[in-house]
Amino acid sequence: MPANPLNSPVPLNWYLILSAILFALGVAGFIFRRNIITVFMSIELMLNAVNLSFIAFSYQFRQVDGHIYSFFVMVVAAAEAAVGLAIILTVFKNRATLMIDEVNSMKY
Amino acid sequence: MALWLIPLLPLLGFLVNGLFGRRFPKALVNVFAVGSVALSFAWVVKTLLGLGSLETKYIEHYYTWIQSGMLNIGVDFAVDRLTAIMLMIVTGVGLLIHIYSVGYMEHEGGYYRFFAYLNLFMFFMLVLVLAQNYLLLFVGWEGVGLCSYLLIGFYLTEQFATNAGNKAFIVNRIGDFGFSLAVFLIVRQFGSLDFNKVFDAARGMPVEAGAGILTTITLLLLVGATGKSAQIPLYVWLPDAMAGPTPVSALIHAATMVTAGVYMTARSAALFTKAPITMDTVAVIGLATAFFAATIGLAQTDIKKVFAYSTVSQLGYMFLGVGVGAFSAGIWHLMTHAFFKALLFLGAGAVIHGLHGEQDLRQMGGLWKYMKITGATLFCASLAISGFPFTSGFFSKDAILVAAYARAPWMYWVGVLTAGMTAFYVFRAWFLAFTGEYRGHAHPHESPLVMTGPLMILALLSLGGGFINVPHILEGMFTEGVENQGLAWFSAAVGLLGIFLAWLFYVAKRGLADSFAKSVGGLYNLVLNKYFVDEVYEAAVVEPLVEGSRTVLWRGIDAGLIDGIVNGVGKRSRTAGAVLRLIQSGNIRSYAAWVVLGSIVVLVAIGFYGGLR
Repeated sequence: MPANPLNSPVPLNWYLILSAILFALGVAGFIFRRNIITVFMSIELMLNAVNLSFIAFSYQFRQVDGHIYSFFVMVVAAAEAAVGLAIILTVFKNRATLMIDEVNSMKY
Repeated sequence: MALWLIPLLPLLGFLVNGLFGRRFPKALVNVFAVGSVALSFAWVVKTLLGLGSLETKYIEHYYTWIQSGMLNIGVDFAVDRLTAIMLMIVTGVGLLIHIYSVGYMEHEGGYYRFFAYLNLFMFFMLVLVLAQNYLLLFVGWEGVGLCSYLLIGFYLTEQFATNAGNKAFIVNRIGDFGFSLAVFLIVRQFGSLDFNKVFDAARGMPVEAGAGILTTITLLLLVGATGKSAQIPLYVWLPDAMAGPTPVSALIHAATMVTAGVYMTARSAALFTKAPITMDTVAVIGLATAFFAATIGLAQTDIKKVFAYSTVSQLGYMFLGVGVGAFSAGIWHLMTHAFFKALLFLGAGAVIHGLHGEQDLRQMGGLWKYMKITGATLFCASLAISGFPFTSGFFSKDAILVAAYARAPWMYWVGVLTAGMTAFYVFRAWFLAFTGEYRGHAHPHESPLVMTGPLMILALLSLGGGFINVPHILEGMFTEGVENQGLAWFSAAVGLLGIFLAWLFYVAKRGLADSFAKSVGGLYNLVLNKYFVDEVYEAAVVEPLVEGSRTVLWRGIDAGLIDGIVNGVGKRSRTAGAVLRLIQSGNIRSYAAWVVLGSIVVLVAIGFYGGLR
């Protein structure tokens, strides 16, 4: 018998606040960091922040949907990591840099 | 009875020769081209024998072509006696001309192309005469126009030939415009295009109620007929159409296609007889065309032009015939004319062929010595068209003239005068070509049997074709014409007078023609220049149209308005794009900033409108 969420020691709000903080950190890293790998990790951070709120809601409402969604997100994140890391590797091979501002030849 | 096989065979010939003929040897092209028409002719004969006396119309329905509301248009072929006659003329004369073309076109380029077009023409012409409704007839009607255009412009490297083709096509468009309006009106009035339904409905209409609409419909049909059958005011394309190879002139511009207007009028007799005003218009147009074209024919020096104006003139006779209500006489003349005019053109072609392309009568003369068969057969045709007693022209032309006399005597007198002129100019051409001394520089020779054979058959038909009593055959469809032996003999006598005058002017006293031409100089010039009709049309219609198209339609509307809109849109897009593309900086962190900014805007907007629900 699962615990009654109303009696849970950690209220839903706390999960959501944590999720928001993690997401904001991700956004900040995404915008302000200049190393591609750090930017990449920031994206992962945002994805997992969202996962956290999915799981929290899922637990709160006793519904499995949120779990499924978070699995989807994890699959996408894994795929993205594979492709993204490959791209980063190639960029580094060709340009000998990981500074995001120096990779800007794709423009008008 | 598989009527569909009749037009389908030439269509197959067209497809085979048109698609693969380039690689075929000439003999194989001949097999498909002539063979398909021969089979078609044989099938016509077999069908007609099988159908017997055709007391009633025999109809075959294949499928429904257009079904819209109450309107139901099918692909139906039908044979009645009128169609039977037309089928025999088209396939019979067509076959002879195909055979003749084998000899005539032997040394020409584009051999397979010529026969492919000729077969395509046969297909459309047969669709035209077999059609059981106005729309299908119109398909054939337009198709023969297309083939006419293709064949007039057959020598496509020659500017004058392509111009003549364009002229024929465009002038015919004017006529077809009238025809299509007539078809629309018929749909609106009768709710059907099927001949039987339309004619039954028209017969049942009371005179007062029907007069207005039927007159409008028939006048519009007449516009179409004047275009296709080269009547005033749209006859100008036919003389120019002689730019095509001579067998084409014989088949399309003498024997078959140009008679489509007469056929259509006779087919629509039920409508025309209910519209007396149109009937008078038809008769007057026919008579005027017959007369004026004959006067022009008097002075032409190009042998094909003489016969071209003669064709216009004879078509005028047919219109006179149908206009005075003698539909069967008109069809009779259509048939005999197909024989002798095809012969005249094919004979002229043999002469041109024998002289290596010379068409000017002034460069001929004394050809009798060199080409006896051609001369003799042409002589037969000339006798027939002059209405020499007991030749084919004698019967049919006099049937028309007698009917005209019954309608209004003055029409008869003008017609007789025209008959005299016809005899004169045809024999003028014959005497100029075949008697006297040879004036040209080529080496005349007789044509091969493949050309003279059809000539001889047509000569027999020209002499004896009048004994095929068409009015008797068509008795059930049209009221039979009146008979008047005295008038018939009188017009024949006028024809003989014309022949005699031609002999006097061009054989007995050679100088007489020139001195006569000088004594009526102004009139002669007027006739020689075809009454300047081409020049008047050029100034009154063509020039304003071309100028208007150039300044208003081209420079104004097309280059100004339409190009302006299109180019303007493009230009504005480029200006906007020049600014917007700066967003695409290549800097990843700026993209990131845009994404965040966008998300914030979306979130704010959602919050502003009360959140997601």
